[in-house]
Amino acid sequence: MRASDGSGAPLTHTGRAWTFGDDIDTDLLAPGAYMKGPIEQLAPHCLEALDADFAHSVRPGDVLVAGDNLGIGSSREQAVHALKHLGIRVVLARSFGRIFYRNALNLGLPSLVCADLHAVRTGDELRVDMVSGVVENLSTARVHACEPIPPHLLEMVEDGGLLAHLEKRLRADKA
Amino acid sequence: MGATLAEKLIARAAGRETVRPGEIVTCRVDLAMMHDSGGPRRVQPMLERLGARVWDASKVVVVTDHYVPAVDAESAAILRLTRKWVAAAGIERFHDMQGICHIVLSEQGYVRPGMFAVGGDSHSSTAGAFGCLMIGIGATEMAGVLVSGEIWVRVPPTILVRWSGRLQHGVVAKDMMLALCARLGINGANYRVVEYAGSAVEALSMTERMVLTNMAAELGAKTGLIAPDAVTVAALTEAGVDQPDALDWRGDTDATYERVLDLAAGELSPQVAAPHSPENVAPVAAHAGVAIDQAYIGACTGAKLSDLRMAAEVLRGRKVAPGVRFLVAPASTRVTHQAAEDGTLATLTGAGAIVLPTGCGACAGFGAGVLAEDETCIASTARNYKGRMGAASARVYLGSPYTVAASAVRGRIGDPRELLG
Ligand code: SF4
Repeated sequence: MRASDGSGAPLTHTGRAWTFGDDIDTDLLAPGAYMKGPIEQLAPHCLEALDADFAHSVRPGDVLVAGDNLGIGSSREQAVHALKHLGIRVVLARSFGRIFYRNALNLGLPSLVCADLHAVRTGDELRVDMVSGVVENLSTARVHACEPIPPHLLEMVEDGGLLAHLEKRLRADKA
Repeated sequence: MGATLAEKLIARAAGRETVRPGEIVTCRVDLAMMHDSGGPRRVQPMLERLGARVWDASKVVVVTDHYVPAVDAESAAILRLTRKWVAAAGIERFHDMQGICHIVLSEQGYVRPGMFAVGGDSHSSTAGAFGCLMIGIGATEMAGVLVSGEIWVRVPPTILVRWSGRLQHGVVAKDMMLALCARLGINGANYRVVEYAGSAVEALSMTERMVLTNMAAELGAKTGLIAPDAVTVAALTEAGVDQPDALDWRGDTDATYERVLDLAAGELSPQVAAPHSPENVAPVAAHAGVAIDQAYIGACTGAKLSDLRMAAEVLRGRKVAPGVRFLVAPASTRVTHQAAEDGTLATLTGAGAIVLPTGCGACAGFGAGVLAEDETCIASTARNYKGRMGAASARVYLGSPYTVAASAVRGRIGDPRELLG
């Protein structure tokens, strides 16, 4: 297990699952009508077209579990930012829209591709190891093998995202 | 073993002889494009936090299109911030309210064969029609590019889509793409490049080719590409670009494709995507008779001069059906001007069309022309996700400009071929 310096994202996480289906696009995650304002105004509307309760019931540390094509559509980073703002700490999905996936890792929201998560239910307690890709469902004692975060991005995720990572590198260059 | 066009473009940008799918390489960026929504307002605080400046202002293009013209104090503030940042950062290639970013890039001759570019917008794939590999990225990734001039990419495999034969009159590039969305699925080309070829593609004008690469985004592709040919060179010349090596940018004959799809253009009929997904596609006959409240010609996908002319061809001597709003938001000020000069606008307005300002408009629900609860619209845009164009219960169908115009005339979705001579 790699250690975390505390400022970034630790590479294991345990949290409560929120399950959603396939084809959740960026307009559902970050509705256009709220794109002008700050994230505090947008986040309460995240996924409201699918589940009006989600934004109000989600707790810091929760894990979002989705089916195929999570985050397809626009390049808007607010789709990731809104989830992060609401406290989602890890995202698992059968597949991702490619820009959403990169945005998530860049914003320090670890996201893993998981082929088989059918058995996970909202409220299950999940323990996610981002280095090995192992997801343990503590509520059902099932283990799911997911794809780990690509090795060349682990350091960035560990640093807490691309900005923190660049900040570290720029500091190191100056020193 | 030969290389695909995408592999050649990435290899050049990575300073390598060759690259293979799956490899992770770092590319030098020839051009970085941002718009008012995902651009300066998002990257400025990041650059400040890093204490860093733009690596090369001459390689950056900024376009305002999402929030133009301002409709309230917030959108006005976003535009003001954009203008101020551009001036402070010394960016000369700034196009304020002159059109939708992907269209402006092509009109200005900024995207050229052989280039590697990134854009802060998912439809950045549009530039692929010029043999430029352009990838859509988010704002934080863009901040990284602005600081370093570089980006990592995983070399994508290529899906080659070959369209043979000839399109019937009234069937266009948009119909080809809707059919392909149905065939491959909405994320069916995820992490891949889609390259288009074949006689039916070669026969398309540049603006029609741009529909193919634009909507590669709907396939989830990293980008779309078309190898440059005489049509490309003519368009570049018109944009003031003289590029002697343009025709060298093509895949080798022995390149390896992950998949080759052979499709027949001659058999294609006008296609329509039903709510709420661009892959929910059927021939127009399947939706014929659906009553509409609004018909919308707009977006980077469907409001270029060629698109407006298609609409005008249908509307000449006809009227928009009573009770239907027919909105036209030209993709650039140049398109508006050209359509005014050649009489296209007069035909449209004579039929009852309402001309809106240039910009993204209602496409992403940011601007004029959004829908009320339970309304139905047919649009020449690229996306019909639930709630994107206004109220969540609004239904948006996607079709070609021909189909949109024919539906406006009838007040119901219909086959444009019945109205074309
Ligand atoms: S017109 Fe629509 S699809 Fe094109 S860049 Fe603007 S919002 Fe995106």
